[in-house]
Amino acid sequence: MDFLRPTTWEEALAAKADQPEAVPIQGGTDVMVEINFDVRRPVALLDLNQVRELHDVELVDGVQRVGAGVPYVRVIEELGGALPGLAQASRTVGSPQIRNRASVGGNLGAASPAGDSHPPLLAGDAVIEVESRDRGVRLIPAADFYLGVKRSALEPDELIRAFRMKPAEGPQYFSKVGTRNAMVIAVCSFAVALHPSERRVGTGIGSAAPTPRRALEAEAFMAAELDWDARLDPAVLKRFGELCAQAASPIDDVRGTADYRRHALAVMARRTLTWAWNDYRKARAA
Amino acid sequence: MRGTPEVITAPGVGGVGDSPPRPDGTLKVTGEFAYASDLWIDGMLWGATLRSPHPRARIVSIDTTEALAQPGVHAVLTHEDVPGRRHYGLDHTWDQPVLAIGEVRHQGEPIALVAADHPETARRALARIAIEWEVLEPLTDARRAAFDPSYPQVQERPNPARHQPVRVGDVEAARRLAEVVVSGTFEVGIQDQAFLGPESGLAVPAEDGGVDLYVATQWMHNDLKQIGPCLGLTEEKIRMTLSGVGGAFGGREDLSMQIHAAMLAMRTGRPVKMVYDRRESFFGHVHRHPAEMRYEYGALSTGEILYADVEILLDGGAYTSATLNVVGNAASLGVGPYEIPNVSIDAYGVYTNNPPCGAMRGFGAVQACFAYESMMDKLAAACGIDPVEIRQINAASQGTRLATGQVLWAPLPMAEMLEQARTLPLPAPLDATDIRNLPGGASQTTHGEGVRRGVGYGVGLKNICFSEGYDDYSTARVSLEVIGGEATALVHTAAAEVGQGLVTVEAQIARTELGIERVVIHPADNQVGDAGSSSASRQTYMTGGAVKAACEAVRERLFERLDHDDLALAGGKIVSASAGVIASIEEVLGDDVIEETREYHHEPTTGMDKESGQGDSHTQLALCVHRAVVDVDVELGLVKVVELAAVQDVGRIINRLSLEGQIHGGSAQGLGLAVMEEIVVRDGVVRNPSFTDYLIPTIQDMPPMRLEILENADPRAPYGLRGAGEPPTLSSTPAIVAAIRDATGLALTRVPVRPEHITGR
Repeated sequence: MDFLRPTTWEEALAAKADQPEAVPIQGGTDVMVEINFDVRRPVALLDLNQVRELHDVELVDGVQRVGAGVPYVRVIEELGGALPGLAQASRTVGSPQIRNRASVGGNLGAASPAGDSHPPLLAGDAVIEVESRDRGVRLIPAADFYLGVKRSALEPDELIRAFRMKPAEGPQYFSKVGTRNAMVIAVCSFAVALHPSERRVGTGIGSAAPTPRRALEAEAFMAAELDWDARLDPAVLKRFGELCAQAASPIDDVRGTADYRRHALAVMARRTLTWAWNDYRKARAA
Repeated sequence: MRGTPEVITAPGVGGVGDSPPRPDGTLKVTGEFAYASDLWIDGMLWGATLRSPHPRARIVSIDTTEALAQPGVHAVLTHEDVPGRRHYGLDHTWDQPVLAIGEVRHQGEPIALVAADHPETARRALARIAIEWEVLEPLTDARRAAFDPSYPQVQERPNPARHQPVRVGDVEAARRLAEVVVSGTFEVGIQDQAFLGPESGLAVPAEDGGVDLYVATQWMHNDLKQIGPCLGLTEEKIRMTLSGVGGAFGGREDLSMQIHAAMLAMRTGRPVKMVYDRRESFFGHVHRHPAEMRYEYGALSTGEILYADVEILLDGGAYTSATLNVVGNAASLGVGPYEIPNVSIDAYGVYTNNPPCGAMRGFGAVQACFAYESMMDKLAAACGIDPVEIRQINAASQGTRLATGQVLWAPLPMAEMLEQARTLPLPAPLDATDIRNLPGGASQTTHGEGVRRGVGYGVGLKNICFSEGYDDYSTARVSLEVIGGEATALVHTAAAEVGQGLVTVEAQIARTELGIERVVIHPADNQVGDAGSSSASRQTYMTGGAVKAACEAVRERLFERLDHDDLALAGGKIVSASAGVIASIEEVLGDDVIEETREYHHEPTTGMDKESGQGDSHTQLALCVHRAVVDVDVELGLVKVVELAAVQDVGRIINRLSLEGQIHGGSAQGLGLAVMEEIVVRDGVVRNPSFTDYLIPTIQDMPPMRLEILENADPRAPYGLRGAGEPPTLSSTPAIVAAIRDATGLALTRVPVRPEHITGR
């Protein structure tokens, strides 16, 4: 097995272009487990830990640009104000040791439907910045990034550079059901983000379909029915929950049943929207 | 050579009743403790095991040529290479093949072994072993296995493996008198011991044709009884040393890699190390028997139980392992610590192609306890009586005759213990401002919506030491000599320190009995007599008893040197009641070494009558009472256990710190069974053999505990102590489920309780 250790982003892109089958590795919390369990035997590993650019967090033209290698612990500590939904999701990833190593970039690279960071990325309209030596930068909206179970829009010669996301202009919440109170893979998860300037509610569903996905009908329903100047209509709230549940296509597996996942999504959708709405109303009243 | 155990030179301080910290504590926390998986010797090979992907299949042919041809591969072995007997098993039931012979009876059954230079080479060679299968439909229906004579046999021994009835009084007559009748069917899923240190060990071939084995196990001498004949070696040719054990909980009572590693070492003439990974570990040891239990109780409207009619069905999987004794426990303890005049219990253990089951903390009593405690709550509701009160009305006490006819001759203040549990202060009301207090924790599934609090109680009665006529003695060798000017005792036993703190207790006993400070503990090995298993909550009782007896013998030898008959040892001095301090131990001992070896046997027990189950089958019984407080998110079905309070009678506290650890740990394991731990099986295939999907409680799941520890001495036991490790494992599960029922109003007849059981979908 080749072990490639680029020290700059250019070197990393060159290595990936020359050897597209090389598997990028950063924290190793996913790749190393798969190797350990013999799930995959990569021909080459591309170690990105020395590529400093991947650890940058910057505000570019009012958009937060977060390097693919920024570990969850930094998302929690540094981005709780700007990206609260993602910070909440980061807080639920694994254990403290895992959060010190694992990154949103890794979550995107693995593209597992159960990845905790996906729902807030979807709800918050994140854009994934990928790059190749030969074709340069591509900006892929999160909603177009996930193609199938552990399949993404990333081309073999591309690496994930960063994700970009506007700082929250309204309340955001993330909620995840697991059968343990910590260190648990999602049975299903949900993220909501209010975009008051657009009078829009963003959503993200995790672990309840072959890919993370938005609840598009629920978003359209809210765009049409939500009165941004009133209290939350219980009928609208209920319908929102139903539409979020309907947006999923869950399966029965060892972690939970499809029925339960749909039910839980409806509950989480109602609760997170209520919390967000209450925060929004409180902020407006203040 | 690295990772082999050394003499423990500082096993804490203090005597019986003190709470010295453990010698392995800091090492374990800092990652320096040498577990069996850390064993290393230059030139060693790595062994690996090919296991069956099928729960039931015929092996038409095995071709190992290609695997053997791989560079770096030194041996590939099948059942044809087993030097001696080709089956092993606990007790006298040798039905488990060392390596599969012509067929497999459960997923993960070992078929072939590889030794190679590198573990990865070994693993890849396994994939080159060609097997032609004839896959058969697995036999997984435990009920048919028990009751349908037309159901095919799983192995040579017919079903059921054991049927043990218990009969007292006249259930039919009592049924006519009952004013209230309640019934229920209860299920317990397969729980795993989930010890953190996987099966591992090192086999080193010796010049005499024998083998030196370093392994993490629970009972070396019983391992040897099986290893020797299978290897075709006499026991003297096998030197066995306990290496660092990372938890056991019953899962190391059966053999795992011992014979396999030794076979590879003997074949290659090289040391061979084997370490299972987490996935393999789930197939490398037996689990807790899953159970289906049908209960019917009849009572007077005052709550007094008239009869119990019980059927307990335990699925043991393909091989016998500990099933026979697990059935015995489930039968004899089937209605728990209650006075019930008319009882009919039928407990069955069966063979199927489901995962093999055997010993696990609580051993047959856990399953029954979930059922009988659920029944007590059901009866309380039907009679309109408080759940604590109905238990008190029917509570056993000293002098009670259990269902087996055995009289509880030691103190058993159950009604008082329940009262104590009830009157302990309740935890503060829910503080929903911190989501970590809520069900779901940081996953933020609620800010308080849908959360209801519930309180529940559980009581469990567990037999301590082996039962049904088994003489599970222990042996200790204690020597006393002057080293560096200070009297020093060396304690040598074969008892397995599995993490419970036994070495600390052994040293405390030696200090108390010999009146000295310095005690060292010899590594546990088979160069001393049998200590019995580190199971059945028995080592403090049995090996503690043996150490005490050996120390007493050493003391007597010391006193023989002096012309007094009123001597005692204290503070390193020999003291006469009449003449005061006579001499220091060092002065009297000089350059001599006094060494004594003693066996300790508990009071004998009898078998259970084949038809009536009657007999004094247990030597000691221990009780724990739990009160559980839970918060349940009833809309999402998520549970946060807020507090567990336990009241346990331990007879005598030998080491409070270790004891509390046992009660905490036992309660946590019961919590796991209540709300998350299950090996999920479909058609004989395990669906979650990983810690990703087999969930065990984290520190966010296990709440703080309130402990009330009682010391009502058992006069038969050393220092009056009672075994303590298992009783809390019994009672915490039903207490938690009762609390969830209290919060939700649901019947909840199966553990673990899953979210969809609470939400109904």
